[in-house]
Amino acid sequence: MIRALLATLVLAGPAQAADRIVSIGGAVTEIVVALGEADRLVARDTTSTFPPAVRELPDIGYARRLAPEGVLSVDPDLILATEGAGPPETVDLLRAAAIPFVEIPDGHDRDAVQAKIVAVAAALGVPEKGAALAADVDAALDAATAQAARGPRPRVMFVMSVQGGRILAAGRNTAADGIIRLAGGENAVTDFEGYKPLTDEAVTRAAPEVILMMAREGAEDMSDQVLSHPAIRTTPAAAARALVQMDGLYLLGFGPRTAQAVRDLSDALARAGS
Amino acid sequence: MVVISPDTAAAWDRALLARRTTVLLALVLLTVAACSLTTGAAGTSPWTVLADLLAGREVTVADRVVLFEIRLPRLAMGALVGASLAVSGAVMQGLFRNPLADPGLVGVSAGAGLGAISAIVLGGFLPAGLAAALGYYAVPVAAFLGGWASTLVLYGIATRRGRTSVATMLLGGIALGALAGALSGILVYMADDAQLRDLTFWGLGSLAGATWTKLAAAAPLMCLALLYAPTLARGLNGLALGEAAAFHIGIPVQRLKTVAILTVAGATGAAVAVSGGIGFIGIVVPHLLRLATGPDHRYLLVNAALLGAALLILADVIARIVIAPAELPIGIVTAVLGGPVFLWILLRQRGVLDL
Repeated sequence: MIRALLATLVLAGPAQAADRIVSIGGAVTEIVVALGEADRLVARDTTSTFPPAVRELPDIGYARRLAPEGVLSVDPDLILATEGAGPPETVDLLRAAAIPFVEIPDGHDRDAVQAKIVAVAAALGVPEKGAALAADVDAALDAATAQAARGPRPRVMFVMSVQGGRILAAGRNTAADGIIRLAGGENAVTDFEGYKPLTDEAVTRAAPEVILMMAREGAEDMSDQVLSHPAIRTTPAAAARALVQMDGLYLLGFGPRTAQAVRDLSDALARAGS
Repeated sequence: MVVISPDTAAAWDRALLARRTTVLLALVLLTVAACSLTTGAAGTSPWTVLADLLAGREVTVADRVVLFEIRLPRLAMGALVGASLAVSGAVMQGLFRNPLADPGLVGVSAGAGLGAISAIVLGGFLPAGLAAALGYYAVPVAAFLGGWASTLVLYGIATRRGRTSVATMLLGGIALGALAGALSGILVYMADDAQLRDLTFWGLGSLAGATWTKLAAAAPLMCLALLYAPTLARGLNGLALGEAAAFHIGIPVQRLKTVAILTVAGATGAAVAVSGGIGFIGIVVPHLLRLATGPDHRYLLVNAALLGAALLILADVIARIVIAPAELPIGIVTAVLGGPVFLWILLRQRGVLDL
């Protein structure tokens, strides 16, 4: 009985020895690197783009469409996957191949950042490093949010895209909503959950003071186009030319760089609002 | 025997050519199948694994999973889905006497798409017990039910006083497709980000989700349809002369229509349910074969099954090695491969092809 218990305990911690790790999810990969365990990674998913060094690793595809054979081909002994990675058929097959598959919870608030770090560190077998990193990030977040609270409290609209002149904005329960609130702003769009297209009138009514967008690498600067959009032109944000662009993973990843992102965003909001 | 061409010598030559094509295609299918088992990101060799198994040596779990849980079910699924789509296409073109007909015409694709989208977006609202029972088969099951339901509705619309009007079915299919598209649009609007990505990928098709369980559920239906299809050949040949002429040479036209539609709905419904939207096979394969060996359905249906299976397996092999260790959706591969080849043949044979 005791031996069986010990055996399960040992089985529960095979991660201790895992040194061929596949990391799935941008924030998960960032945490692995921040814990100083980057040399144990052998592959990553498409969304894992930071730090730039991880781009050298083989890319096993999009997190929700993993191909079982592709994952097995890098001969992993541990798979760290963000919540929602799949499809379930692939996850089942990977479990059948006796490869530990650890799901890391996702979320868009301070607690979620802590939970991710703790879960990744536990799976890697370095809980002390995890606790230290979590404490660092928490302290940095305390400082960043305290500073943000002293700044202005502008109404911010996160615009995902303006494809064909249609504005896709972030409502409640989104990563964008979470980071805007941490940075002391107020989400101008609270009528719905998730990312949805807005009618021009709804944009006018939302009256954002700042437009927040993702900066896309290599893409042309869209700010003039966005600010001259007929609906956005009616908003205070356009009058003040208050448009902030930040890297998507940095801004919305809720990984170890969140405190820095909060600070950058609150600074940008303060500048844009003045 | 129904002689399509008045020139019997030419017809005989074509028959010989068609039979030779059958043998050739069977060989191609075997080669491609061997390729599919031996190629993949993991670099597992089936021959070493087999040798090890036969010699009673230990085989690593990963190797066993790659070969028996990933490549083998994918191969079987690819063969069945490819054959089903190609044969369904050939039957539809024969039945509607229209070169543009594809399995989508009986409403299967639109219905299956709506079913799949409903399951992806509304899956969360299912009663907990049902959701647990369906597990991740909710999408294929919903796609299959959606496909069948829309076929039956369309068949009902087109059938009056025991007679099915092919023209009504064609037009009804367009209206039903638009309606299904609109309903899908509403669901797309409700979907969140992750669901939207799932929807897009579903539409592009993939054999990556092939498991023995899925195969066990879908294979019987596809096999039944594939085995039954050749018995429609004589009737479809007669129908090429027109409905009235076919009726006068003793072909039970109404029965033929009913059976052909049910066969196509079964085969396509099951194929779309397990593999998502894989376009092109149903149109290209039958046309290629008609150009090569003539329109006689006795050979066309068999050859279409072989070529459809071989093409889809080949497309799947390409899909999984081209950006390994990641994977392309197979619908992209079939279209990229099939589109230019089909255009090239079309341009070369413009004179012959009197559509």
